[in-house]
Amino acid sequence: MSRFFHRKLSVLPSIIALVVAMAYLALILHVETQSMIIALLTGGAISFFLASRFDLVSMVRQSYSAHERVMDILTALAVVAVSAVYHENSFVLFMMATVLVYVIACLGLNLQFGYAGMLNFAGAAMLGVGGYTAALLGNGQIQTIFLLPLGGLAATIIGSILLPPMLRTHGHYSAVITIAFNLLFTTFLEVYSGFGGTQGLPVVSMSLFNFNFNEDWQLGSFQIAFYANYFLLGFVLTIIVMTVVRRIERSWIGLSFDAVRLDEISSPCFGVDIALWKAIAFMSGNFIIGLAGAFYALMLGYIAPTNFSFSDSLILVTIIILGGLGSIWGIVLTAAIVIILPEKLQAIQEYRFLLYAVVVTLVLLFRPGGLLPRVPRIYLPGWRP
Amino acid sequence: MSSDILVQYLVSGLMLAMIYALVAVGFTLFFGVLDIIHFAHGDVFMVGAFVALASFLSLSAAGVSVPVVQLLLMTVASIAALALLGILTARYLVLPMKGAPALNVLLMTMMLGTILRESVRLFYPEGANPKAFPSLLPTNSIEIGEISLRVDNIIMLGFGAATIICVSLLINRTRLGLAIRAVAQDEETAKTMGINYTLVVMLTFAVGSGLAAIAGLISGLYYNEINFSMGLLLGVIGFSAAITGGLGNIYGAILGGILFAGLQTIGAVALPFGSAYKDVFAFAVVIIIMTWRPTGLISTLSSERV
Repeated sequence: MSRFFHRKLSVLPSIIALVVAMAYLALILHVETQSMIIALLTGGAISFFLASRFDLVSMVRQSYSAHERVMDILTALAVVAVSAVYHENSFVLFMMATVLVYVIACLGLNLQFGYAGMLNFAGAAMLGVGGYTAALLGNGQIQTIFLLPLGGLAATIIGSILLPPMLRTHGHYSAVITIAFNLLFTTFLEVYSGFGGTQGLPVVSMSLFNFNFNEDWQLGSFQIAFYANYFLLGFVLTIIVMTVVRRIERSWIGLSFDAVRLDEISSPCFGVDIALWKAIAFMSGNFIIGLAGAFYALMLGYIAPTNFSFSDSLILVTIIILGGLGSIWGIVLTAAIVIILPEKLQAIQEYRFLLYAVVVTLVLLFRPGGLLPRVPRIYLPGWRP
Repeated sequence: MSSDILVQYLVSGLMLAMIYALVAVGFTLFFGVLDIIHFAHGDVFMVGAFVALASFLSLSAAGVSVPVVQLLLMTVASIAALALLGILTARYLVLPMKGAPALNVLLMTMMLGTILRESVRLFYPEGANPKAFPSLLPTNSIEIGEISLRVDNIIMLGFGAATIICVSLLINRTRLGLAIRAVAQDEETAKTMGINYTLVVMLTFAVGSGLAAIAGLISGLYYNEINFSMGLLLGVIGFSAAITGGLGNIYGAILGGILFAGLQTIGAVALPFGSAYKDVFAFAVVIIIMTWRPTGLISTLSSERV
């Protein structure tokens, strides 16, 4: 009987889901007419609703986690395949790379907010610290690849100013402190002329081993748009960060984060040092967000204070809430939705902040767990509690 | 001459203090009855200013040009609109979330703030740009010795002070105030004593939002300019003022408002480039004070809550 319950799930459901999801993504990216996009989106939303209604989503997730190593590789290959389809289309590649920036940043925020329960509404400010570091230090002297960790480091250092208030407060109080910090950051950048003021700063283009990322290149008979370079680098970064975050979640570090979030009174009784773990979560999260910011700035080539406003912090938080607090695949799914949707549906571009606020309100009222709620941690692939 | 400048700073500081206090009292009232922080309150304040402006424009279009009548109707319109907004917020957003994790309520009110802010930006005609607000009060000055005071400033300060006194009377001397205090003290007991909890919460939201409307009106009249994002600063500072004075305490909120306005005015005067960096300075003060005393300056009056 117990053999029956511990039967290894078939890999088939997750492969089918992967193929369907990638085909859907490619289709959405391909379609241009607004009516077709709306039809596709409605169809996608209805199918997702039905799939979760009939427990197909949880079946896929179980099957995925049972065959995690294989499926991770397949997913990575599938995403690269989708990007290869659009190797000539700069706009689509740029959009996909932007999604990756937000995925990385939200993974960082997830360490703070999803695991350790520290509200941080200064995510965009940390992105900005990383971005401005890349802009200010990128003068040809430093190999541009080092600007990425330097951006992360700068965000960690600047972010540690917020550490004392974050450790002394929680809930509403840390929310208001981080909001104040984000507003301070953007108003300072607008007023202080040393960093370009409201005009912003140009950023050097990425180059690695004398290979300039801002040049199109040829692969056989294929013409590859230069945003593919940024997409691939971003993809590698995403894989690294995602692996690290997932390792952290599965380790005793993640366990301590969860303890800190769930009960601040009983965890010290079990020897969990709350201040220590909060500091670790906050600083490592800021490092990841700063890294994403530096990458974003290098890709954009030009940054201004408006890229890092409080509304953008709200977008980051929106992605985490909609995906399901602490759910890594939820972040990937909703980051793609939140970034691609307004770009494809021109009608809502202007209204996106309003739309997301309404959607989050509805999700909080009716589906507080998010689209892909976090599942209990699984320590090994295929392991079952 | 120098005493004249000093008086100007004093007046602008007092005006700021009053606006902050009116917003902070709202925060404190909501926290008292429902134990929640209404993060959208700053944006509610902004909506109040915009409703006043819209009603001024429609009154002008309708041919009403007597400033007193205009002001009166603007005040009524913006208070009524915001009181209604407050009641709807309480009834359909905040009360259904009772019992949900505090985090969700926080996010909910924050998203409501975003909805208000973005709606004004998108749907008010050219809402993304700053709007000129008419100065409807007499602008001549009274000379007292060397000092000259503008009549409109005196009227606004008087009106604001009267409002604050009225609220404190409402809380301390009326049956509604008694009910609000009872609910704030112990919700369960208040219910068993026959207090209509839902109604009290809704009325509290109406009162708090009405105060924000008055603050919005005064701020528009004083600065002669309003814009869609001014609620963010007010929300952050109003909340901090309410905390500094001890959440749940009206006088504390007023004191907190005075403190923040004082610091900001002194900062603008004393610091080099103070006026350019005045918002940066204000936010820095918020972070420092919240770090230093997260439970409020008057610790005996404060309830724990951190």
